[in-house]
Amino acid sequence: MKIAVCVKQVPDTWAEKKLRADDSTLDRESADGVMNELDEYAVEEALRIVEAGEGEVTIVTMGPERASETVRKALSMGADAGVHLVDDALHGSDALATSEALAKVLSGRGFDLILFGSESTDARMSVVPAMVAERLGVAQLTFAQKVTVSGGAITIERATDYGYDTVEAATPAVVSVVEKINEPRYPSFKGIMAAKKKPVETISVADAGIDQSVIGASAAWSAVVDFAVRLPKAAGTVVTDEGDGGVKIAEFLSAQKFI
Amino acid sequence: MPIDKQSPFTLFAIDHVLSEEERAMQAVVRQFVDARVKPFVADWFETGDIPARELAVDLGNLGVMGMHLDGYGCAGTSAVAYGLACMELEAGDSGIRSLVSVQGSLAMYAIHAWGSEEQKQQWLPGMAAGTAIGCFGLTEADFGSNPAGMRTNAVRDGSDWVLNGSKMWITNGSVADLAVVWAQTDDGIRGFIVPSTAAGFTANTIKKKMSLRASVTSELVFENVRLPAEAMLPGVRGLKGPLSCLNEARFGIAFGVLGAARDCLQTAIDYSVDRVQFDRPIAGYQLTQKKLADMTLRLGTGTLLALHLGRLKDEHLLRPEQVSLGKLNNAQAALDIARECRSILGGNGITLEYPVIRHMNNLESVYTYEGTNEMHTLVIGEALTGLPAYR
Repeated sequence: MKIAVCVKQVPDTWAEKKLRADDSTLDRESADGVMNELDEYAVEEALRIVEAGEGEVTIVTMGPERASETVRKALSMGADAGVHLVDDALHGSDALATSEALAKVLSGRGFDLILFGSESTDARMSVVPAMVAERLGVAQLTFAQKVTVSGGAITIERATDYGYDTVEAATPAVVSVVEKINEPRYPSFKGIMAAKKKPVETISVADAGIDQSVIGASAAWSAVVDFAVRLPKAAGTVVTDEGDGGVKIAEFLSAQKFI
Repeated sequence: MPIDKQSPFTLFAIDHVLSEEERAMQAVVRQFVDARVKPFVADWFETGDIPARELAVDLGNLGVMGMHLDGYGCAGTSAVAYGLACMELEAGDSGIRSLVSVQGSLAMYAIHAWGSEEQKQQWLPGMAAGTAIGCFGLTEADFGSNPAGMRTNAVRDGSDWVLNGSKMWITNGSVADLAVVWAQTDDGIRGFIVPSTAAGFTANTIKKKMSLRASVTSELVFENVRLPAEAMLPGVRGLKGPLSCLNEARFGIAFGVLGAARDCLQTAIDYSVDRVQFDRPIAGYQLTQKKLADMTLRLGTGTLLALHLGRLKDEHLLRPEQVSLGKLNNAQAALDIARECRSILGGNGITLEYPVIRHMNNLESVYTYEGTNEMHTLVIGEALTGLPAYR
């Protein structure tokens, strides 16, 4: 089975995220870059599928030069190869443009299964997996908390508010995973050393045959017109209990429309 | 607005002198320690109990055990990567780093360097995986800095050896599957691999410690322990054997202690920025800033020294007296930093809610073990003058 896992480098989850003053895009230099956490679960799931049967796992990413660190991390976990789409023209791409670019990179490579984390910690839209599936014209099995591969069929448990739905499709298919699915492994030292020797293909927008007019900030369907820095937390109100503490709490909650 | 502040390592641009692979290995160990050690270690320290077997397997899966050795299931990383792993482990707790140091640098290194092919095949893969735990018996109750005086002895009986004596302050002793034990013989000091199941072998856990409580420390007792000829390490005779192992472990300690110091200093910086007295964060007072600046200098310069020694080691140029420079300087610096940080945390500094006093107490042991401050001072004195002043 040929599996692709799409991963994204995002600012460290705990870092203070900033927007750039010049074009209102995320300032990726202001914080350490890490692999989007949910994508680690997708990599882990791909490795487990391959380890239980056979096949190979290719890591696909779109992002600036240093996103190659994220590809390398996935390779050190045990993936076989990487494809890194890097091009200044991609800067400022929205979800539609990202899905178009990823679909172009993924198509024609013969992947049976394309895995995603179900959302990124920076944009948090959860739409790219579905958009990529649509552009590739393949089934989408999203928010998987369990994936079973059997012959040419993929069955997932789609996590829902009430439990889960069992959803099935024939390969090729796009699957996005939620964190319930597994516990990602740590890269081992042997894995880290082996990752250096694994092939990573670096390609440009032109190499991937992507139409320049549909990507980048200028093609985005929405624009950030203004932004403001979050206000610092105001000091809380201290209420002294003078025998009427319960009433005061009720009044506070009522004023906030909690009760 | 969030206060714009840099960590001590950012200020020193330590990352800049590390390769991508070294940073990746450091990051993995740090991630492991953050998830699997830091949330629990205060409780381990308080109860004096650690899940050593479980931790050993997890550390084996990462590839930490004997990571700088080649073959037999070992990862074969650089010495610098090994040092950085020690640093991250000790940022969790010196006890966890001690577990790894004793396993990799003492027990595994001894077998790797001086063992027969059969001994290597038998023990090293399991030890690298963390499923077999090793300990190292050199120090005795009455012979610490002067191991040549050891009383533990092995006497030939036919083709067998019969081992008698005891060893003291043995990390991992009570949880070990095997002990590498050094003993007097008619052929000088020799090393033996003693399985913990051998008849006449006992490991007594040392209690009532105020330091390294998240670590197993034991006394090993040998009463007519009969060992086959193949139990002896064939490759070395004399104190050179154990001392070469200690040199490996001390190298790791020169890095490791800085992990504990870094954790203390970062805790103290964060605390001093949050802690308000007389209507200002205590970090805003010059007395506190002087403490923080001085500690940062010692942490940063100690780290650069450790990295320098690591680069020398990777080029096979590192000499024992240079390892002494690192152990002496960095263990002293780390202990001083921990104590100063304790003072910044005030009353909170004495509780296990913060890592500082735990590191501080641990470092008291690290300051003494693997060559006391005094012995390393004398090693450097001898290197400078050519005059040994040990006796």
